[in-house]
Amino acid sequence: MTPADTTKRVLMLHAGVIAALFLAQFVLPEYHHGVLARVMVLAAYATGYTLLFGYTGLLSLGHAMFFAAGLYGAGLTVYHLGWSPPAGFGAGIAAGLVLSVMVGFVALRTTGVAFMIVTMMLAQAVYLASLYFGEWTRGDEGIVLTQAMRTFEIAGATIDLSLPDERFNAALILYACSLLICLAVVRAPLGRVMVAIRENEDRTRMLGYDTFQAKLMALALSGTLSAAAGASYALLFGYAGSTFASIHYSIYPLLWVLLGGAATTLGPLIGTLAITYMIDVTSGFTSAYLLLVGVMLVLLVLWSPNGLLGALRDRKLAWLP
Amino acid sequence: MDFGPYLLLASLEGLVTAAVLSLTALGLSLVFGVMRIVNVAHGEFFMLGAVLAWAIATPIAGNPALGFALAMVCSPLVVGAMALLSERLVLRRLKYEPEATIVATIGMLYIIQQLALTFYGPDARAVQAPFDWRIQFPWFGYSGYKLSVVGASITLMLLTWLVLARTRIGLMLRATQYDGETAQAFGIPIDRVYCGVFAVGAMLAAVAAVLIVPIQQAHYLMGLDPLLLSFIVVIIGGLGSLKGTVVAAVVIGMSDGIISVFFSPTLAKILATLLVAMVLVYRPQGLFGKAVR
Repeated sequence: MTPADTTKRVLMLHAGVIAALFLAQFVLPEYHHGVLARVMVLAAYATGYTLLFGYTGLLSLGHAMFFAAGLYGAGLTVYHLGWSPPAGFGAGIAAGLVLSVMVGFVALRTTGVAFMIVTMMLAQAVYLASLYFGEWTRGDEGIVLTQAMRTFEIAGATIDLSLPDERFNAALILYACSLLICLAVVRAPLGRVMVAIRENEDRTRMLGYDTFQAKLMALALSGTLSAAAGASYALLFGYAGSTFASIHYSIYPLLWVLLGGAATTLGPLIGTLAITYMIDVTSGFTSAYLLLVGVMLVLLVLWSPNGLLGALRDRKLAWLP
Repeated sequence: MDFGPYLLLASLEGLVTAAVLSLTALGLSLVFGVMRIVNVAHGEFFMLGAVLAWAIATPIAGNPALGFALAMVCSPLVVGAMALLSERLVLRRLKYEPEATIVATIGMLYIIQQLALTFYGPDARAVQAPFDWRIQFPWFGYSGYKLSVVGASITLMLLTWLVLARTRIGLMLRATQYDGETAQAFGIPIDRVYCGVFAVGAMLAAVAAVLIVPIQQAHYLMGLDPLLLSFIVVIIGGLGSLKGTVVAAVVIGMSDGIISVFFSPTLAKILATLLVAMVLVYRPQGLFGKAVR
C-alpha cells in the first residue's frame, strides 16, 4: 500500500465515522440520542487526553483540572457575567490554554512517576480551589445554567443549546473538530516527534529535536482540547460542579483511552461509548459500577495494554492512525 | 480559653495526626523505596483496616479492650494477606513497571472501595476505645487513649527501624532498595522480598487505621485523605528515605493539626498540595533527602 492509499483510507474512515454519528441522530430513540451526545463530548475529552498519554507517552493523573478549567471558564462567565454561550466557550478554551501552559512549564520538568504525582497534586489543588471559592462555584452542588443563558443568536438564527437536536449537533461538531485536530497533529511532524519522545526521549533529543518544546506543545494541545470539551459540557448540559474536577474525572479518560486503544485516533470514542453503555447497563441492577471501573482497569493493564483498536492494529490493520 | 492552652490542644491533636500519619506513610515509603512503585491503593488498605477493626471488635461483648486487642491482631493480618494476594496476582505479572502498576493500583482502589461500600455500607461507625482514662491538664482534660496512640506509634516506628537496621531481613531489604539486580546476584530472593514488603506496607497502614478508629469513625471513603497526606509526607521527606518520612510526618501532622485549628482546612490543603508539587519539581530528592546517586 502506497502512502497516498493510506492517506485516502484514513480520511475515508474518519469521514465515515463522523457521517455515521451524524446519521445516528435520525434513527436513535430519544434516550440513546441524549446518551450519544454526552458520549461525544466526553470522547472529545478523551481524544485530548490520548494526544498526551497515547502519543506522547506522558501519563497525566490530573486532566480533570483542564476539563474543569473549560467547565468553569464557560460556566462562571455565562452564569455570573451574563456572557453569551460562544463567548463563554472562548473563555473556557482560553482558561484551558493558560492553565495547560502553566502546568506544562512546572510539571514537564519531571518525568515518569513524578509527573503523574505532580499532575495529580495540581489537579487536587484545582479541585480544592473549586470548593474553596464556593461563593461563586457553589462547590459540589454546582451552578445550573438556565435555558435562557444557553440560547444565543447567530446569523439571524436562534440557537437553544438545551434542545436535544441542537445539543446533539453541537456535540458532534465539537467531537469532529477534536478528532480532526488529533488526526492532523498525529500525521504532522509534531506528531512524529511526540511518538519518538514516547519511544525514547534521549535519542530524540540527541537527533536534535527540542523535546521539552514538543512535550509542552502536546500538553497545551491536550489540555486545550480537554477544556473545550469541558466548556461544551457546561453549555450543553447546563451544569458545572466540583465533581468534574475530582480525581475520578482524571481517571475516566485514562480508562476510556486504555479500553479503546491508547495511541489511536478513534480509540477514545470506542472506549467512551463502551464504558458509558457498560455503566448504563450494570446500573440497572447494581449501583456498584465503580467495581466495574476498577476491574476493567486491572484487566486491561494486565492483558490488553493496547486496547481494542491497538489490538486490531497489531493483528490486521497496520495503517490505523 | 487563652491562646497558650489552645495552642497546646492544637499541638496534641497534631501529634496524634502525626503518629497515625507516620505509620501510614512509612508503609507507602517502604513500598516505594524497595520496589520503586507507587501504590495508589494504599489508602484503601488503611480504610480496610479500619472497617475490619469494626467488624471484628463490634460482635465481641464484655470489656472493649478485648475486642480492640483482637482487632489489632487480626485486621492487619487480613489486610496483609489481601495485599499479598494482589501483589502475586497483579503487580508481579506487570513486572512492577511503574506506569502499569499505578493504573492497576488505581483499579484496586476502586475495587476495594466499592466492595467496602457493598458489604459495610455507607455509614460511619466507631469502635469503642479499649480504655477511657482522661489526663487532666490545668485547663482541659485530654483523652488518655489519644496519647497512647502516640506511644504505640513511636514503639512501632522504633521496631521497624530496629528490623531495618539490625536484622538479616533488614539487610536484605536495604540491599534490594540500593540495587535490586546486584542483590539478586548475591542470592537475595528479591521476588520474596517484594511480596513481603508489599504486605508489610499494607499492614502498617492497617495498624494505623485500627489505632485511629476509636477516635475517627470507620467509613468507606476514609482512605483518600491518608493517601494524599502520605504522598505529601513521602515526597517532602524524600522518596524512599525512611528517616525523612518520619520527620516529614511529624512536621506535616503537627502543622495540619495546628493550621486547621486556626485557618480554613481547605485553604491549608490547597497550600500543602501546591507545596508538594513544587518540591517534586524543584527538589525531587525531598526537603530532607540526599541527592540521588
